[in-house]
Parts: sequence; structure tokens; C-alpha cells
Amino acid sequence: MSSRSARSILPGFGLSLGFTVAYLSIIVLLPLSAAFIKTSGMSWDAFVEAVASPRVLAAYRVSFGISFLAAAVNAFFGLIVAWVLVRYPFPGKRVVDALVDLPFALPTAVAGIALTAIYARNGWAGFLEPLWAGGVGRLEQWMPWGSWAEWLGVKIAFDRPGIFIALTFIGLPFVVRTLQPVLEELEPELEEASATLGATRWQTIRKVILPELTPALITGFAMAFARALGEYGSVVFIAGNMPMHSEITPLLIITKLEQYDYRGATAIAVVMLVSSFVLLLLINLLQKWSRRHHKI
Amino acid sequence: MSITASKIKKTFGAYTALEGVDLNVPAGKLVALLGPSGSGKTTLLRIIAGLEFADEGSGRIAFHGEDVTQVPAGQRGVGFVFQHYALFRHMTVAQNIAFGLNVRKRADRPSKDEIADRVQKLLKLVQLDNLGGRFPTQLSGGQRQRVALARALAVEPKVLLLDEPFGALDAKVRKELRRWLRHFHDEINLTTVFVTHDQEEALEIADEVVVMNNARVEQVGTPQDVYDHPASPFVYNFLGNVNRLQLPWRGLAPEGSGGPFIDARIAYVRPHELEIVPYRIGVEGEVATVLSIHAAGSVARVSTRRGANELIDIELSRARLDELALQPDDSVILRVRRSRLFTEDYAI
Amino acid sequence: MASAVSHLHKAAGPAHGHPSRVTQDSPWVRRSLTGVALLFLMGFVLLPLAAVFVEALRKGLDVFLQAFADPYALAAIKLTLTTAAIAVPANVVFGIAAAWCITKFQFRGKSVLITLIDLPFAVSPVISGLIFVLLFGLQGWLGQYLNAEAPWFPWLQQWLIEQDFKIIFATPGIVLATIFVTFPFVARELIPLMQAQGVDEEYAAVTLGANGWQTFWRVTLPNIKWGLFYGVVLCNARAMGEFGAVSVVSGHVRGETNTMPLHIEILYNEYHFAAAFAVASLLALLAIVTLVLKSIIEWRHGRANA
Repeated sequence: MSSRSARSILPGFGLSLGFTVAYLSIIVLLPLSAAFIKTSGMSWDAFVEAVASPRVLAAYRVSFGISFLAAAVNAFFGLIVAWVLVRYPFPGKRVVDALVDLPFALPTAVAGIALTAIYARNGWAGFLEPLWAGGVGRLEQWMPWGSWAEWLGVKIAFDRPGIFIALTFIGLPFVVRTLQPVLEELEPELEEASATLGATRWQTIRKVILPELTPALITGFAMAFARALGEYGSVVFIAGNMPMHSEITPLLIITKLEQYDYRGATAIAVVMLVSSFVLLLLINLLQKWSRRHHKI
Repeated sequence: MSITASKIKKTFGAYTALEGVDLNVPAGKLVALLGPSGSGKTTLLRIIAGLEFADEGSGRIAFHGEDVTQVPAGQRGVGFVFQHYALFRHMTVAQNIAFGLNVRKRADRPSKDEIADRVQKLLKLVQLDNLGGRFPTQLSGGQRQRVALARALAVEPKVLLLDEPFGALDAKVRKELRRWLRHFHDEINLTTVFVTHDQEEALEIADEVVVMNNARVEQVGTPQDVYDHPASPFVYNFLGNVNRLQLPWRGLAPEGSGGPFIDARIAYVRPHELEIVPYRIGVEGEVATVLSIHAAGSVARVSTRRGANELIDIELSRARLDELALQPDDSVILRVRRSRLFTEDYAI
Repeated sequence: MASAVSHLHKAAGPAHGHPSRVTQDSPWVRRSLTGVALLFLMGFVLLPLAAVFVEALRKGLDVFLQAFADPYALAAIKLTLTTAAIAVPANVVFGIAAAWCITKFQFRGKSVLITLIDLPFAVSPVISGLIFVLLFGLQGWLGQYLNAEAPWFPWLQQWLIEQDFKIIFATPGIVLATIFVTFPFVARELIPLMQAQGVDEEYAAVTLGANGWQTFWRVTLPNIKWGLFYGVVLCNARAMGEFGAVSVVSGHVRGETNTMPLHIEILYNEYHFAAAFAVASLLALLAIVTLVLKSIIEWRHGRANA
């Protein structure tokens, strides 16, 4: 940390920076490093065994696959929600806008039991179940990891849609909240320029508005994805938590802990941490890139 | 192609932006819409472009006699240059310019080569030959302005509309670019309307100036015309400096009239239309006291006070100032060479 | 004028029958998109929120109130309040310090520091709990210290054993995990706000003879009070509602190490649905209050800027 700052006439630099770094180190960096240090004591074979056993691989697939799907659905509907909130006036808009933040504010355990009450087999919307199972089941066939269920010899049951619903819920605010300010600052002149040049409304949306929104859309998607990867509270109630089938990775970590397999739990945690950090890094790079590219 | 706008009325809620405005732009001319902010000039331009629509039932826009009032912006054949350029940031300069051609229906769209060719020609026309591959963020303000212009011209518009084209530029670039625009207009001869609040800009490059105020057109005429013969106190005030002299004023003969103006209470006189003569008994004119002398510049300016608190500025040549050898607190005689009398007062 | 006009136009726009502006979508598009957005939000947000209260009151008010007569429920509420009462002030102090050095000074490594502050956002709550187990659990560094044959400081080891000092499966672990999870909230709220405000006002105060504390209390704090307030509210909501991390470090001992969310889980798993939803409704109410406060602050802020 440079001493150029010493020239500032404002006091408190040393104190505030010192405290910040110390607190950060004790609360965040030291505990996080514990996970890596613990893992470094493992042999390579033991590590691979811990992070790549069939059950763990199945959990990754569930976590990554359904998180991706939920984030994609959020990207699509989040774009519509943000567009409607910024562009169209309608009664009760302020309330709807506030509601978007609910998944941030509502404790995950509460969300978990509430979603279960609605969407579980005997819940409020239980009649939707065949539709969910059919829809998501069919979607899975189109995904690159589509045939894992058959591959593992597990029959698709109805609980993956539950995971999908919970992960969509908790990721919902990210896309909307990253898009909203960008949409608000989008100059109407861009659309007007496009219109005076003869573009149809649809061409304007596709060629002018969407490219302007793309960085924010990807950022929001990545944030929703990252959040969904780590989510635990809202999922455990609604998912069946069946090993090899509907067991998400965070749950597997807890299961290992309960079996006193600290090393196994930590190894999986390290894999998840590294993927989250990579995602975080990508998000930061993307934001930096779009800030530089878009400042005019 | 001429532009005719008649009886254009536009209200935004309780706010009236245009109050039954008529405008006629002759084919091939460069016309300035000049006025202070809030005068309605930008709204008028946007209505001509089809970006806004006049209030229901009012007004009509015609290009070369053909009614385009209900034609959407994209099909009117206007080139519109926005104040802050509105360049598409995710496209290169060349892609920006080609945009209007690329969005055409396949049947009307020129081939890829033709488009590339046209883009090259336009880049050359706006003197940005080698910058087609750059992104807008990599250009200076003046360059962006010219890209916006080329983009608007790419669709071969019938009329060119510019909203405060130099407003976002610094003073030096602004001066260069407005000369360039005048020159450019002479070359392509496209009917052009631009909006500005800068009277110097309008007077310097426009063939015709339309002075607007309070949702109305105050005066239309050549730059010389509106400057020399302002139709209203507002125009007098808005174009250049002016002294408002309280009547009576000894020896003041109103322009174009023999007899005295009974109703007139204020005479509008430009600083260079006043004359200073040394104080002597018997010389016709009004007595004033010299307050200060500003001799820095090509023209000298003298501030004087007449009576208790009427401040009057006079512009005169440096040679004449030397001749007079004025000092602050000197008493002098002011004589009016030319003036206009108005019954109402107008203060900006 | 331009902004005034466009603002006026926004207000006047929809009332027009005429195709008023090229940037407006057709009524048909507008209505269907609004419908899609509202349906999506209803299914995923409004319905779950309503479900909490409906399920909580399904068996009547008596059953609802009974849930809070349970001493375990009261103990859980008390533990949750205690945890928040420690975690929130700790993160407020940190948030202010971090925002002060990041926004008022230039130094190398600033962007790294900002990224590191965001780090807990990227960590799964379960992992946030796990790392504290690794540090302080029986197998952890401190846990091993307690059993170490040759401790660095024998008196410390002695003292810790005498006090029966526990971090994991006890309140300190719960507090630590909660601090970790809510770590970025206040700082994240303050940094952009203080960045936007710049340093001019602080410089002015210092040149007028104010010292550091005076500058902070009289100039900086009044400028950021609403952002700070919202940061506190959000941090508090998350602190009281944290489930995954706390679940790992708590021993799930009823009446001792159960927070409200953990208590909800136990009730739910034991099929006491009404009681589970009753406790949940308290937390849902907290979430609603948080959102209302946020809206009010934004509304005030928006008006102040207008």
C-alpha cells in the first residue's frame, strides 16, 4: 500500500485501512485459508477420491446443471421484469419493485418451507406437478448432461423441479437489479436514432438495445448462477435429497461433516470455492470490460 | 426538398411547448432554429423528424408539398443528428454508418459490397477515412459528431435535421466544425435545419434564421435582416447587446417616421449605434457620466450612466477612443444614430 | 429543459391515444410483457410470502401464539437477537472503516481490497460454516491446541479448559459464522455512495479547521446516513435469517444453540408445520419491514435528487 496517500489532508487513512485489513484477514481470509490448508495435507489420490467419487460427481451435476437452468430462466424473465419496471407505468409498481428484493431479504429456511408448501407433491400447486416433471424432465434431455440419469441408472423423480424452483427464487433479484440501472441510463436517443434510420421496433430491440444490455445480462446471470451453486437453506426442504439424484453439493458437504469426514467435506468445499472464485473473477472482468467499453 | 410545418401545437401535460407554429424551409437552404432553452425549438425539430407528434388534430408537416404528418420517423426520409450523437457503442464507426442500410428489407438492401463502398465514401466525405474500424469511445467529440452526420446521410435523407450540433463541443472545435458544416452544406446542398441557442452560430452559418421564444416564432429572416431589423424587443435582446433607453431622449428621431411616437416609452439601441461627443453646451443629445472604459479588444467599450441609475454601453473604435481621451467621471454627450421604439418593455 | 420535457412527457405519455413517440411499444406488447412479468413474480415471490402467513394461521390464532409460548422458541429468538446484536455493529464499524479508506484515499491494491470484501458473497453458506469448524473444531487449529501436548502458552490452554471454552457448537461460532456471511453488506452499501459523493466536502471541512472526528460526524455521516441505515437493516435481516452457515457450526442443541431458522427446521422436520410457519412468519415480517424501509429510503432519496 503506497505512501502517496499520506499527502491527503484527510486523517484516518492508517487507522481505517489497518482496521479494514486486519478485520478482513481475521474474519474472511484466515478461515478461508483453513480450507485450503486442510486440503493441502491430503494426498493427490485421496483428494481425487474425495472430489470425484460417483456420488460427488452426481451432486456436481445436480448443482451445476440446475443452477445453470435456474439462472437462464432468471435471465429471461429478469429481462422482462426489468424492462417492464423501467419502461411501463402500471398501478402498484412501487410494491412490485420492492417485492423483487424479497429473495434477498427472506431467510432461506423460510423460503424453503414456503416453497415446499406451495410446490411440493401435496402442496398448494401440487396439481402442477406432472407439468413440472414433464417440462423439466424433457428439458433435461436437451441439455448436454441430459442422459446422466439413465447413465447412472436412476429414474427421474419429481424432486429436481423442486430444486429448480428454489434456485430460481433465490437468484431472481440478481438479473433484475443488474439490468435496471443500465436500462434506466440507456439514452432514448439511441432508439430514436435507430428509428430515424429506418429500423423497425424489433430491429431496434435486437440490434441496439439488447447489445447494450448484454454485459449486464451476463453479469446478472453469472451472479444468479454463483448464488444458486452455494444455496442450501431453501433447497433442502423442497428437494428429496436423494443421493445420486437430487443431492446438491452443499448438502453433500454437510452429510460428510455429519459423518466426521472433515477431509472429504473440505475437499469438496475447495472445489466449490474455486469455481465460485472463478465466477467472481469473470464477473469482475466483465464489469471492468463493459465499463471501459461503454463509457462515452 | 422544402419543409412546411403549419399550425403545429404541442403540449406536455400542462406545459405548452409549441403554440400553433408555422415554418417554411426552402429547398436546399441551411436554416437555424434559434432561441433560448424552453422556446420549443427542439420540440419543433423532433416533430419534423417524426420523433414526436403534434397534438391531435393540430398541424401538418409536408416535405416538398407531400403530407408526411402520419408517416413514422423511419420512413420520412430524414437524417437526424442528436445533440449527444447517440452513436451505437457496441458497433464500429463503419457499422454505425452502415446501420441504416443494414436494417432495410432484403429487397431494398444494397449488397454488402455496395454498403461497404457507400460507407467508405461517407467516411471520406466527413474526413474520417481511416477510422472506420474504431469504436465511438475511441474518437474525439468532433469526430463523433461527424460520424453521427455520416450515419444520418447514409440513408440518403431528403432533409437533414441537427439538434444542437455543436452544443457538446469545446469552443475551438465548435468554431472549426461550424465553418466545416457551412462548407459541407454548400457541397451537398441538402435542405438542412439545425437547432441552436447560440446566436453567433446561427448568424454565422445559416441562410435563414428562425428566432423562437415562448413556444412561438418571433421572426424569420436572413442573419443580416434579423440582426439589423429585429421585429420585437425579444429579438433585439436575444441577438447581440442592446441598450434600453428610457424616453424622452433629446434629438431622438425614430427610424422611418417623421412625427413623435406618442406611445413609445423605450428605445432599443445597439452599443455601436450610439455616439459619444465631448461635453459642450448646446450640443444636441443626452448628458451621461463615464463609469469605466474597456479598451482590451478590437473594439472599445465605454460604460456610462445617465441620470440616477440608467446604465448605457457604447462601442466605438479604438481610434475614436484615443481621440476623445476619456477619463472616468467625465461628462459626455450621447447621441443616437439609429434606434427602434417599442411600447412594451422586455427584459431577459 | 430537455430533462423537464422528457419528464413531463413520461407523465403525459400513456394518456395519449396517438402514437406519441417512437420509443414506446404498442399497447399489446406492453400489456403482455407486464402480464408475464407480474405472473412470474407472483408465482415465485408473492405466493411463497403469502404461504408463510396462511400456513402459520391455518390452525388458528391459538396454535399460532402457542408456538411462541414454547421456551425453546423463546430461547431461539433470544439467541438470534444476541447474534445480530453482535454481528451487525461489528460489520457496521468495519463497513465504515473500509468505505472511508477506499473512497477518501488513493492507494495501490484498492481494487484487490474491494474484491476481497465481496468474497463472502461468493462463498456458499455451508462452506462459510465449514471453515470455522476447521479453524475451531476439535480437529481444528484451536481445537487441537486444547489437546496439544506441548502448547505454546500452557497458561492459556489451562485457562481455556477451565472456562470450558467452546466456539464451535456454541454461541461464539454462530456469531462468527454470521459475521462472515453478512460481512460485505454495510461496506457494499457505503462504498458506491461515498464514491459518488467524492471528497470535496471533507476537504472543505478540514480547511475550515475541523479535525478528523468532527469531519466524519458532521460532514460525512449526515451525507451517508440513509445508505448506512439501509446497510444496517439489510445486514440485520441477513444476520437473523442465516441458515446454512449457522446450521454447520451450531450443535442444534435446543434451548442453547438453536437460532430461529434452525428452530424452524426442527419444528418442520418434526411435522409441527403450524409452529414452524409461525416462527417463520416472524422472520418473513422482518423481511417485509426491510423491504418497506428500503422503498421509503429510495423514495426519499429520489425526491431529494429530483
